[in-house]
Amino acid sequence: MPAEFTRDQIAALAALAHLELDASEIDLFARQLGDILAYAEVVQQIDTTGVPPTASLVSRHAADRTDEVRPSLDRDEALRSAPDPALDDGFFKVPRVIG
Amino acid sequence: MMAPDMTVREVRDAVRSHTRSAADVCRDALARIEAINPRLNAFNTVVADRAMARAQEIDREPDRWRDAPLAGVPVALKDNLCTRGVRTTASSRMLEHYVPPYDATVVSRLERAGAVIVGKTNCDEFAMGSSNENSAFGPVRNPWALDRIPGGTSGGSAAAVAAGLTPLALGSDTGGSIRQPAALCGVVGLKPTYGRVSRYGLIAHASSLDQIGPLTRTVHDAALTLSVLAGSDAADATSATEPVPDYTAHLTGDVRGVRIGLPRALLEGIDAEVARAMMAALDVLEARGATLADVELPHARYATPVYYLVSTAEASSNLARYDGVRYGLRAADGPGTKDQELRAMYARTRGQGFGPEVKRRIMLGTYVLSAGYYDAYYLKAQQVRTLILRDYNQAFARVDVVAMPTSPTPAVRIGERVSDPVQMYLMDVFTVSANLSGLPAISVPCGFTRGPGAPKLGDAPSSDGGLPIGLQFMGRSFDEATLLRVADAYERDTEWSKHSPLLISSR
Repeated sequence: MPAEFTRDQIAALAALAHLELDASEIDLFARQLGDILAYAEVVQQIDTTGVPPTASLVSRHAADRTDEVRPSLDRDEALRSAPDPALDDGFFKVPRVIG
Repeated sequence: MMAPDMTVREVRDAVRSHTRSAADVCRDALARIEAINPRLNAFNTVVADRAMARAQEIDREPDRWRDAPLAGVPVALKDNLCTRGVRTTASSRMLEHYVPPYDATVVSRLERAGAVIVGKTNCDEFAMGSSNENSAFGPVRNPWALDRIPGGTSGGSAAAVAAGLTPLALGSDTGGSIRQPAALCGVVGLKPTYGRVSRYGLIAHASSLDQIGPLTRTVHDAALTLSVLAGSDAADATSATEPVPDYTAHLTGDVRGVRIGLPRALLEGIDAEVARAMMAALDVLEARGATLADVELPHARYATPVYYLVSTAEASSNLARYDGVRYGLRAADGPGTKDQELRAMYARTRGQGFGPEVKRRIMLGTYVLSAGYYDAYYLKAQQVRTLILRDYNQAFARVDVVAMPTSPTPAVRIGERVSDPVQMYLMDVFTVSANLSGLPAISVPCGFTRGPGAPKLGDAPSSDGGLPIGLQFMGRSFDEATLLRVADAYERDTEWSKHSPLLISSR
């Protein structure tokens, strides 16, 4: 695991996260992510052989409910929050995907 | 005029007995906000007309609200709790103009109990931070010292209650975001057990850690509010079905035989003033008949790094939804592109909409979840999370509550730690364990730093004296009743909750 990140590594990570970063942010995060992971290094030294991970604190499974139609958010109202809604057609509009 | 240090119970009783109308109470709260908030920046949005209309509605139907637990109580909501028809920003440019089409479950519950929502409070962007300096709308100022942080991330909620703008505010707590600002602003802050309060309508930060809870002037008010907020909710599959008691009925003042655990090894190196105040507080509880016992929490010192691995992983996943399509900001076309490509739109929107700390955490979370590093970081952190949980389970076999400071230091100056993320993260050292383990925890005022400490209303830097200190208790899962009973017993023998910052007049 890298103690320091290169600009290329940070740029690749930003691409994975769909995050546009400027040059100064890339430099800053290259340093800071390294600092934070160096600080978290202590976790690596703990013996966790045979210890199960805790991902959730919910011990009981959610109860089943009957699968029936119930009132929910009005479509127009939901669409109205969108930056570019097609209210008449009931769509969210996005930039062109296929050329 | 409503006294600025009136409690939830006092306001509620005054409204129910018609000593004060809900409209009068609401008008006073709005006037105080208008007069004082410009110095604090505690509110992102104030809904004066909506609040007055609601208060008048309560006055018109006294029979309907006769037994309402929060009749006419003005409440401030952290701006990451969705309010139908009222802008909800999470203090982010991404949601600056977002108006939710639905209410969070806690909002519906508060209103059913008679509360009057007066506005939305400033916080760190998407509830990420420890100082409230990460808000896109500027930092909140600590009412006790205006050049200092109020704590984060529910800093606006804590400042609003401390300055007497509202007797009640809601916050959310992912790693200490209710308790730490409560401590630094000298108010009570309660993080319930994970699942105790529905998270439906809370803008998600880290879903296995987030909980909603109250900030109040007294422990009784926190208990009263928790009874309103708690309970299962079909809209949140992680909400718990455990019965909800009347928590105020447990506030007997009797702590004889209660065993308080003290993790001494964890407390090395904390601020001397904080240590002194905490030990004095524990003496008070011992005098009431509680007993102290040492507890070992060998993995608790790993809680902060574990927290920053787990929470950033969850945050990077939760914040993937902000893509400029369904709500929030969409970046304009970039230079040279007429029809911008979809992926470029996502990246540009997120690059423009998120602030530095949110970007830093998305980056870190994306890294620890990425192929090749998942086992070393995320999986490892989750395993250590199990060990931390086991430590607490073992401790709670021997003691009823565990005591420790809420924050290792009193409020620092605005700007003091902002350039070093690791230094900022270390402020959460005592609070993150309750989130990783899901256990309930409360912060109560336990004193002030010594020395001349009059709050400064101008730009002069404050001295190190007169700053609030918070004491934290953690309890067993779903045993908020014991936690509140211990905290209330302590409060009965102290006067801290009766202090107010000088910028408000006391009664």
